[in-house]
Amino acid sequence: MTLLDVEDVAVYYGDMCALSSVSVSVDEGEAVAVLGANAAGKTTLLRAISGLAPVAAGTIRFAGETITHVPPHERVDRGLIQVPEGRLVFPFLSVFDNLRLGAYAQRARASADERLAFALELFPRLKDRGSQMAGSLSGGEQQMLALARALMGQPRLLMLDEPSLGLAPLLVQEVMQRIDVIHQEGVTVLIVEQNAAQTLKLVDRGLVLENGTVATSGTAADLAASDEVRRAYLGI
Amino acid sequence: MDLALQIVTSGLLTGGIYALLAVGLTLIFGVLRVVNFAHGEFMMLGMYGAYWMWALWDIDPYLSVFVVVPAIFALGLLVDRLIIRRTIGAPEVTVVFATLGLSIFLQNAALTVWSADTRSVTTGYTGTAFTLGEVRASVPLVVSFGVALVLALALWAFLNNTRFGKAIQAVAQNRDAAALMGINVQRVYMMTYAIAVAGAGAMGAIAAPVFSVVPRVGLSFVITAFVIVVLGGLGSVPGAVIAALLIGVVQSVVGFMIGAAWAEIAYFAVFMAVLVLRPQGLFGRRGAEVYQGA
Repeated sequence: MTLLDVEDVAVYYGDMCALSSVSVSVDEGEAVAVLGANAAGKTTLLRAISGLAPVAAGTIRFAGETITHVPPHERVDRGLIQVPEGRLVFPFLSVFDNLRLGAYAQRARASADERLAFALELFPRLKDRGSQMAGSLSGGEQQMLALARALMGQPRLLMLDEPSLGLAPLLVQEVMQRIDVIHQEGVTVLIVEQNAAQTLKLVDRGLVLENGTVATSGTAADLAASDEVRRAYLGI
Repeated sequence: MDLALQIVTSGLLTGGIYALLAVGLTLIFGVLRVVNFAHGEFMMLGMYGAYWMWALWDIDPYLSVFVVVPAIFALGLLVDRLIIRRTIGAPEVTVVFATLGLSIFLQNAALTVWSADTRSVTTGYTGTAFTLGEVRASVPLVVSFGVALVLALALWAFLNNTRFGKAIQAVAQNRDAAALMGINVQRVYMMTYAIAVAGAGAMGAIAAPVFSVVPRVGLSFVITAFVIVVLGGLGSVPGAVIAALLIGVVQSVVGFMIGAAWAEIAYFAVFMAVLVLRPQGLFGRRGAEVYQGA
């Protein structure tokens, strides 16, 4: 069943076209990657799906309903959760407060305690840091917090924007492994990454954005084998 | 010694009243990134509210708070709807013109309706004073100080101990991330603005037994409040309370030792020293605004 269906979406920043006629669909339970160079429109695509960037043309459907112009907080309440680029934890609130805010949406409140336990099991280090200000955590810990906070929102679709950005290689592995665990738990994942090699190991399918349009798409294996993708994004 | 104590006491008492005005101003800036030049006018409206309830129906100004606060809160919702909401995301000059324009509009509306006459509330306790040792403090000043501090602390507790309070802080720290938590950012803006101006209205009502009211009364108060907000650190509620007490003392000490005219010069000197030496203010976070939005 199709969970997310983006159809011919265009986004403009002023006169500049950031996305034109982009279509993506993600089935329930899938993991899909969006690859591409800097400024290819990857972040804009996620912001459009979250409702942070206004859509000029096209439609976005989630779980069968059109949400193209639904405000961001209502999309979150339907289970469309994004971990933004640069993590964006609330630096002057405690780690626990950050996590509780993750379950702010109405649909996530009832089972918040349950999911807090799961999140802390997945990211045990956060438990020791619970009362610490989120801004005082290391980059890796902040990424863990951002992931845990997103889990608190009871995601049906979890969108991740560059989760490996600025992390040491060892931490990249750790983060990717946690994302895999979350996916195995049944959460549908849409991941934007520059680190194509790591990401393609994690996902079922992928697409490559270039200058705001879909350049190519296919299964993870096909993309990893494609000469074009290897040269441009895998550095091989 | 007793004289020094007396001067510091009156400084603290006056400063405490300013605190309630300053916390709202700092909150609006911290959350909406809007400098609310009309803040003093909401205080002025609160003063007139208390004055007229006293003059027409003999209601004690402290009791009028219960009417003034909901009324100004509702007005705040309306102003957000009509003006503030439309300026979010617009260039800074737009915001300045919008709130400054509102300030001028409210002042002149008051002037038209209530004239430029100076009006004062006189009650049974006007002119009475508490005495502790050699220190005297006027009863209305002490009561207003107490009410102002209690309300400022209540606001602080609300921000730190409720889900909505945390949501307000989240919006202040990063608007986009807050939206991604499912927080309705526009609603947070609206409620924050209304709560903050209701605080200014409450401050006006409780200041009515202490200060006279004229349509332009808000201006002098709000300028002091701006100094307090910067001194305390933009966006910091506890910072605003402590800075308010400090400015009150500076005003009182300099006013006594050199002359009343020098009091304002003195705290503007403090203001400039802060901007040079510690631009984030006493309790501000350096670069806190960097986290605002992506």
